[in-house]
Amino acid sequence: MTRDLGDATGRYLELIGRGDEYGAVDLAVGLIDEGVPAEDVLLKVIAPGQRRVGELWASNEWSVAREHAATAVSERAVAAVGGRVRPTPAHGRVAVACADGEYHALPTRIMAEVLRLRGWHVDFLGASVPGPHLITHLHQTGPDVVALGCTLATRLPRAHATIAACQAVGIPVLAGGAGFGADGRYARLLGADAWAPAADVAADRLAAGLPFFPATHEGAPDGGAGDGAGDGGARVGGEEYAYLTRHRADLLSRVVLSRVMDTLREAHAPMGGYSERQLEHTSEDLEHIADFLIAAMYVDDASLFTDFVTWTCRVLVARNVPAESVVLGLRVFRDVLTDCPRARELLAEGVAAARACCQPINGTQPITRTADLQTETSV
Amino acid sequence: MKGATGSADPRHRAARPSLDLMAALLERAAEGVVLCDADGLVTMANPAAVRLVPQIEVGLPAPTPLVPPATPGSVTPASVTPASTAEGRSVTHDGRVIRVRVEEMGEGRAAWYLSEETPRRTQKTQRTETQRTEKTQRTEFLLEAAHRLSASLNPHRCARAATELGVAFLSDAAIVLLPPASRRRMEWVRAVSGRGGPDEGVLPAAAAAEVPGLTDALTGLHNGAGGRQDPGGTPDWLVPEGFGPVGHLVVLPLPGNGVPAGAIVLARRAGRPPFDDDDQVMARDLATRAGAAISAASLFREQSTINAILIGDLLPPELPEIEGMRLAGRLRASQQAGAIGGDFYDVYLPEAAPETGIVERPPLIILGDVCGKGARAAVLAGQVRHSLRTLLLLESRPDRLLELLNRSLLASPSPNSYVTLVLAALRVAPGGHVLLDLAVAGHPPPLVLRRDGTVEEVDVRGSILGALKRISLWPVTLDLAPGEVCLLYSDGITEAFGGPRGREMFGEERLKEALASCAGMPADALVERLEQLSSEWLCGGLGDGLGGVLGGGQRDDRALLAVRAGTGRTETGPTQTGRTETSP
Repeated sequence: MTRDLGDATGRYLELIGRGDEYGAVDLAVGLIDEGVPAEDVLLKVIAPGQRRVGELWASNEWSVAREHAATAVSERAVAAVGGRVRPTPAHGRVAVACADGEYHALPTRIMAEVLRLRGWHVDFLGASVPGPHLITHLHQTGPDVVALGCTLATRLPRAHATIAACQAVGIPVLAGGAGFGADGRYARLLGADAWAPAADVAADRLAAGLPFFPATHEGAPDGGAGDGAGDGGARVGGEEYAYLTRHRADLLSRVVLSRVMDTLREAHAPMGGYSERQLEHTSEDLEHIADFLIAAMYVDDASLFTDFVTWTCRVLVARNVPAESVVLGLRVFRDVLTDCPRARELLAEGVAAARACCQPINGTQPITRTADLQTETSV
Repeated sequence: MKGATGSADPRHRAARPSLDLMAALLERAAEGVVLCDADGLVTMANPAAVRLVPQIEVGLPAPTPLVPPATPGSVTPASVTPASTAEGRSVTHDGRVIRVRVEEMGEGRAAWYLSEETPRRTQKTQRTETQRTEKTQRTEFLLEAAHRLSASLNPHRCARAATELGVAFLSDAAIVLLPPASRRRMEWVRAVSGRGGPDEGVLPAAAAAEVPGLTDALTGLHNGAGGRQDPGGTPDWLVPEGFGPVGHLVVLPLPGNGVPAGAIVLARRAGRPPFDDDDQVMARDLATRAGAAISAASLFREQSTINAILIGDLLPPELPEIEGMRLAGRLRASQQAGAIGGDFYDVYLPEAAPETGIVERPPLIILGDVCGKGARAAVLAGQVRHSLRTLLLLESRPDRLLELLNRSLLASPSPNSYVTLVLAALRVAPGGHVLLDLAVAGHPPPLVLRRDGTVEEVDVRGSILGALKRISLWPVTLDLAPGEVCLLYSDGITEAFGGPRGREMFGEERLKEALASCAGMPADALVERLEQLSSEWLCGGLGDGLGGVLGGGQRDDRALLAVRAGTGRTETGPTQTGRTETSP
């Protein structure tokens, strides 16, 4: 029962690109009726289509509205696929949730459906689940495991708190999603009991069994799972991280922003200046840069930051915004953060990464994303 | 392997790998290997052995972890060469647990094989507890029991933890029986050493009689006396198939909050030592702690069940499909653990049977905000929603409904029953249009997203409900073309303080701008995006939890409800390729 679903994926992308909900749902359900396993429809049609949506947005071929519309249609298609099949219960209970502040729910939602198809009793708690909400749910239902999705690395500190809280009430955590790193390195660092790069792998991993009671990581000997995840989530954060988190608002204060703006105006004066709209966007970009810097400090991994900088530069370049603006912004941050040697190191590496993107460009060239940081890539 | 390290027989050496190779093999082995001569002196030790026991030195007598501490002078060859056992024994040396195995090598020589045991929880069940000193074991038990039994507020997980503790420290099998909930059936949880996680099941309550003392323990009559039971005639259900005959049983009640929380049965296989006095003490301790944990968890479960029933009606409703339009709503309560608050929205579909004399009317939506936050506010919000449902049986005009609602709120005995709300009757018009008859009572007027991406505020207003005897209302009718959206929201959205600098109000302008950026989106995506922007604003991008902690500011409930004209096959709005923010 292997069948090339590439065709279907193309049609699916076309339908969600038009926001054609009925068309997309009919296609997905139709495939199941033709005998395509529901899991394949989720993982070989909907997920790749959705991945492509992220790429189309990044390369500025699709507007943000179109991207959101497509995602909303995919949500419905996933629900329709889930409603079409009645799996036989074969496993225990699993609570599936997105990390606090994580709104990219679709990859996690797809994982929830795959687990349901594999016979798990799944409680899907949705996007951005606050810790106390999740823990209350765990006490009330007593699941065997929590599957925690995190797509954006900026949510890692919150995800870490959630992982620790779940383990403290005796429930192991499987981490998934691009936010935990392409190789799951942050899942390991933050003490998750297991990590899976994709929904079907997550299902296999859970079927193989997790510890009934996870080890706690403070001072306790390592009790991580066999796949290497969970070797103690101790050394994260640090003083500079705490400082940056506390002073995020100052870092993004008007004073700093206006310094960036002044620098930008100066740099672009010969080209007729920088429009107000562009300046506003730059301020938003700086916010993201600050958040990724903070996340990179938390896990002490420069590549998290430089990958993001490279990705941002490409997204900007696709929108005819020169990557030089990122270089300038990073420099201002570095000048301001006089007391943070490690952050300055990361910023210097970020400058180097941004510089590498400062080639003369043709504004409409499609971009290849090397760092799948921001879109639905975990499935 | 045996004899391979020996140098006594040269005939073998020629046929085997060279001595150098043998040495290299030993050198790199993960297991520590130590060879002693007939006098108990070390003649050889590989690096792994020295790593585990640094005191080992060639030419000196084998140090203590290898040789059990003995009285000085009694070190004779016979005493350092105990009979070899297949399993060896576990010793704790410098904080490491080392498994030591001895093999006799002939001519009085002895070889010691050392390997470190990972102190993993899962392996605890396999350790033979008799080999640990009583004191360490007891400390470990207390730590582990405190840690695991206090972790969960779920009765089943507490019961599972209790059985695992029983198997890890006391017995080959541990079974917790929860008191019969329905009088006829009781749930059980069982752990067996060496067999994965605990399994669970249900039994007829009458089966308890088959284990001596169990019925009394479950009813609390058998008051913590505990005791060694004669296992004669152990019922089949107690231990899994293949467990073998049971040799010793301990049955203990789990003391609860005045009523028993269940019972625990600990079983050892025939041939194992009986439960001694120390074991009995530990078993009672386990029962006491498990009982306290299970009964606290049961209380919590009872409370949360009641809670769930009570708040069930206060949660926002599932939004129905209405012909010719799409609805989408989002509600975020300020209090994190509870999902309820003073903001609310609801939908009232027309009655299915108009011939019963009930007023015929179009579907109606409301979104409102009552004074206050949390459960108290949620109760009032629930009353408002329910009152409207009743009033709709008699009246369908939005302005008249609000007047009646005002009177009912004024008559309410609870103080501060102030409510602001937006009410809209939804009518389908030709050409895919939707008409909204809007009435607003003290609430921020709705916003409209037009097809061209412009956003306007609807010019509609009226007084707050529950404050004055007479209210004034200026209702309007709004026309939505296909793809256009009317957004109802609460002031929690616009009055959210946060932003990149932490102290700024989100404000109407930002909301309008955000809504404008949603042109062409389905209603679901639109409200989700607005909620996301608002949450990020509140937390300065830090996520709900940390933002709440660090922001320290008072947070308000937030509600959004969108009506979009047209259905499923959405026409993608004007394609904007303008630059938008970096986070899709």
